[in-house]
Amino acid sequence: MSALPTLTTKQDRASEHRRRARRSITISTISTIVVIGGLVTYVLTSPGWPTVRQDFFSASVFRASFPAILSGFWLDVKLFLVVEVAVLVLGLVIALIRTINAPVLFPLRVLAVIYVDVMRGIPTILLVYIIGFAVPALDLSGVPTNPTVLGGIALTLCYSAYVSEVLRAGLESIHPSQAGAALALGLTPTQSLRYVVVPQAVRRVIPPLMNDFLALQKDVALVSIIGPQEAFRVAQIYAASQFNYTPLLAATALYLCVTIPTTRIVDRLQARSRRERGGVLAFGPR
Amino acid sequence: MLTVATDSPAYPPYFEDNKPSNGKGFESAVAYAIATKLGFDKSEVKWVTEPFDSSYAPGPKSFDFDINEISITKPREKAVDFSAPYYTNPQGIIVSSDSKYAHVTSLAGLRGAKIGVQIGSTSLDATNEVIKPSSQPDVFNTSNDVVAAFKIHRVDAIVVDLATAFELISEIKHSTIAGQFTAPGGDNWGVLLSKGSKLTPCVSQAVNALQSDGTLAALNKRWIASAANVPELH
Repeated sequence: MSALPTLTTKQDRASEHRRRARRSITISTISTIVVIGGLVTYVLTSPGWPTVRQDFFSASVFRASFPAILSGFWLDVKLFLVVEVAVLVLGLVIALIRTINAPVLFPLRVLAVIYVDVMRGIPTILLVYIIGFAVPALDLSGVPTNPTVLGGIALTLCYSAYVSEVLRAGLESIHPSQAGAALALGLTPTQSLRYVVVPQAVRRVIPPLMNDFLALQKDVALVSIIGPQEAFRVAQIYAASQFNYTPLLAATALYLCVTIPTTRIVDRLQARSRRERGGVLAFGPR
Repeated sequence: MLTVATDSPAYPPYFEDNKPSNGKGFESAVAYAIATKLGFDKSEVKWVTEPFDSSYAPGPKSFDFDINEISITKPREKAVDFSAPYYTNPQGIIVSSDSKYAHVTSLAGLRGAKIGVQIGSTSLDATNEVIKPSSQPDVFNTSNDVVAAFKIHRVDAIVVDLATAFELISEIKHSTIAGQFTAPGGDNWGVLLSKGSKLTPCVSQAVNALQSDGTLAALNKRWIASAANVPELH
């Protein structure tokens, strides 16, 4: 066995560090090239690749279908923007009902618990079906009949249940002394909730909240089962008429255009909240 | 062994009781007739379920041929083989018998109607290109969903192949067929085979033989309602 190099001076140690860093960068680069290159070669040289390229990556089908898919995607974007706002409002109301301990609110608390349990338990696709087909069948006046609106309502019901639990976790993570201090300063209970507790709670749960919104941004495609021609449905129509799957990939690319930036924002927010919490620990109680 | 595929649920008048192997229904009967022409006994035919969306996927297929109300079109022929057509089915328009669309005399009269169609069918293209409705048609996953939307008045009309239209109006109260029209592609139905299948010429030959010896016409008469009294709309 060869003897370990004797690292005596500070410079020796620093240059050894640099050497190791260079070495690990070289190794990771080579291994990435080998792995990715190997996979790509494996796929591109497979006997079925020409057919797969024709059926999944056809440029002409992509060009023909993309404008219609894009206009379908605009419906998705409008839908999830509106639903996200509705989900936040409804979710916060439910979370507050479940958190506030006033005896007079007991029946509401029971209803809120049942609501959250049931809405989280039903598969979203089933909820869209039920709201989309059963509700208009009741023939009540004043009940919306537009399928996009009905689909939006179904998604709001489902996601507000998830989001209310996230917000409740946030509310319960705020130490009671915060509300106590607010009351001592002369704020009313409502004011202490509005200006002290809720802002802190929401800030703390933004990363998991964004996570739910990310899931919602893809689930808007479920609304297509009750008729509206959103991106995924338009892509399916093209795929079925051309016997070619490229339109589905075009739709996927559009969803990614929205979800990947959202994911990056979530990552950044998570990193920031980690830093903030880490900072508090490092400097001790302030 | 001959493996024949269709989707599930398989609807009348093409299949009965969602059981393709019972030989009842137009397409089930046609499949067995083709099998006989190819020299297979009834017991040598095996049925498998193949969803429409995956029937045209590249790669090896789980079936020898797929019979599933599939219209032959030029773009589709790039991805799969079709046999010679065994049936020509125009589009039918279902409306409520008490609606203002029940007595239209031209397709222009339906332009203002909200139309529902099933996904994957050529009815959507036919509707867009021939009726040119003023609002986008609603597209549903299954024909059950189209019917559900029609019953709750979400759509004023259903466009579907004429033979299915006859089946549906017997299920939906107060509905009628306002008329029929021909889709731009002609709506010839073919048996689907994998691209370049060795069986394609044999199946086509069998279909042509069934056509010329009158078997197809007889099966058609046996399983599909006569469309003679449905007005043709232009």
